Amino acid sequence: MSSRIINWFKFSSPASFYPLAGKLVPIFMAAAVILIAVGLYLSFFVAPTDYKQGEGYRIIFVHVPAAWMSMFIYLVMAFWAAMGLVFNTRLSAMMAESLAPTGAMFTFLALWTGAFWGKPMWGAWWVWDARLTSELILFFLYIGYIALKGAIDDTRRGDRAGAILLLVGVVNIPIIYFSVKWWNTLHQGASIDMKTGSSMASIMLVTMLIMALGFWMYTIAVSLSRVRSIILERERDSQWVRQLPEVQG
Amino acid sequence: MSVAEFFDMGGYALYVWSSFGATAVLMILEPILLRGRRRAVLQRISRLIRIRTEENE
Repeated sequence: MSSRIINWFKFSSPASFYPLAGKLVPIFMAAAVILIAVGLYLSFFVAPTDYKQGEGYRIIFVHVPAAWMSMFIYLVMAFWAAMGLVFNTRLSAMMAESLAPTGAMFTFLALWTGAFWGKPMWGAWWVWDARLTSELILFFLYIGYIALKGAIDDTRRGDRAGAILLLVGVVNIPIIYFSVKWWNTLHQGASIDMKTGSSMASIMLVTMLIMALGFWMYTIAVSLSRVRSIILERERDSQWVRQLPEVQG
Repeated sequence: MSVAEFFDMGGYALYVWSSFGATAVLMILEPILLRGRRRAVLQRISRLIRIRTEENE
């Protein structure tokens, strides 16, 4: 029992997490490249033409995975924020920080691909619909978090302020998710429902899931890569950083 | 299906390629930017160490 606890906390130290992350990055990046390559092949050459939206519906294969990631990354950041506040571990805040730019990127992509899907199907690039508006607020939350962290010089204070912002903003996630149920919106309902299952042809669903899994792997790879830079920046005065071969050379 | 037909996307070319294109650009750009950031951090730390050892000498 006690040994298990020690092992668990071992990797919460930046010094031991840094090399571990370095080993994991290429593995996750390779998985991302393979999954996204397969996903793109299925998106364009296997998935059939939609009977209502023609070829235009293929946007779904980037739109939905990007939108899922935008919400999921935020939840993971909020989890790290809570961990940081409760256990006061240094690494938690760094993990949250490492995810923010990628989360903002996927939120932007969800809005962007949504606009390019909305124009041909609804006739408008943008409508002030509940789903779209709450997703836009999510984008502002990411930007606000990044700006707040950048504005506070004291790292520990910045970590705490950022964590509180993240936890308050969590309220937006269920609003985005359930917006299509709670309000009458132009945006279509969930593609996958917990109770009724999927409303799509199974090959379309498989394609979307493979793309989503690829985006997942990509997110893990880039956030681990970014956290390595953050660790180096923050721990630059410590002995273990000075002894790294990449710093020595 | 011909190549031209494929790129036309049944008349939805602008919308489909703008969506996939933007996603591809950003997901290729981000790892490149990260590589640059890592290089910059390593350079800064190496310089810091060099300055310190010179001060101590």
